[in-house]
Amino acid sequence: MGRTNRPVGRKVSQDFYTIEQAGDAFVVALAGNPNTGKSTVFNALTGLKQHTGNWPGKTVIQSRGEYIHQGRRFMLVDLPGTYSLLASSPEEQTARDFLCFGQPTATVIVVDATCLERNLNLALQVMEITPRVIVCLNLIDEAQRKKIVINHQALENRLGVPVVLTAARSGEGLGQLKEEIALVAGGIIRPQPVPFRYPADIEQEIAKLDRLLPSTLPAGLNRRWVALRLLDGDQAMIDGLQKCWGNNVLRRETA
Amino acid sequence: MIEMGDLTMAALAPGTRALVQSLEAKGLLRRRLLDLGLVPGTVVAAIGRSPAGDPTAYRIRGAVMALRMDVARQIRVLPIPDSAD
Repeated sequence: MGRTNRPVGRKVSQDFYTIEQAGDAFVVALAGNPNTGKSTVFNALTGLKQHTGNWPGKTVIQSRGEYIHQGRRFMLVDLPGTYSLLASSPEEQTARDFLCFGQPTATVIVVDATCLERNLNLALQVMEITPRVIVCLNLIDEAQRKKIVINHQALENRLGVPVVLTAARSGEGLGQLKEEIALVAGGIIRPQPVPFRYPADIEQEIAKLDRLLPSTLPAGLNRRWVALRLLDGDQAMIDGLQKCWGNNVLRRETA
Repeated sequence: MIEMGDLTMAALAPGTRALVQSLEAKGLLRRRLLDLGLVPGTVVAAIGRSPAGDPTAYRIRGAVMALRMDVARQIRVLPIPDSAD
């Protein structure tokens, strides 16, 4: 239990936040609510080149797969389907830890086009952690059946990140998705998620914490995200940070 | 003493709507409910009850989901007078 399968020819790091990659494979995280067709997207992109195991120390299933796009290798890490990153179920913790500490070069958020509002909860949370995000608006064939019309451009403008429409079941949009992933992972596109502002009193506390936090955070952690989680009193997050930082800094700042 | 807003989601009859006021739930359940969109000001509609009487299906922000009575009882709502779904 808790052991991942070893990919052919590659050593998997003991530290599960870091997935060692040979050569130049871009590590890409795949996030999304349950039942969004995330698995379909994963399978369509990686075909048979998949490995399934567990996230170490957890009963949560981890799937990894590879594909090649225009001569570059991409390793897709399928995160557990979650409605949020904030609750403390093992699935949500796993997803959150990987996004925070695993430093994927890009994250695809699979969103159900027939249920956009609920799906955006997770999407916005992910965008608070990392800007390197592509929204994959899946199930557009279902949406069409239900006569739901999505204003693609408006959504892109409002979110500030690339949005790709797909119907993964039939392969529609997957080529475009691979292209956007490559552009974000390669740093050619730098998405700028439209910042989400909280009420003034919370923003004040965030600013205070931002001044107190060390000038550089480990693993490229998003300062705002860290401040928000500390304000939330998120114990799992505090523990995770403690592992990275050691105890002293954290105790002082959260006193 | 009966206060305004003593109605909970569990008491909503199918075909009626209400406005979420507050959550009694704490901890993980509270977090889950918030993530499902049950924040103050959200309009919820009771759609139908299962044959056993529990759970009840509700429409919450465009998504239909079933909530058990013991969960729905922890969500305080204000009824909305019209009965359109």
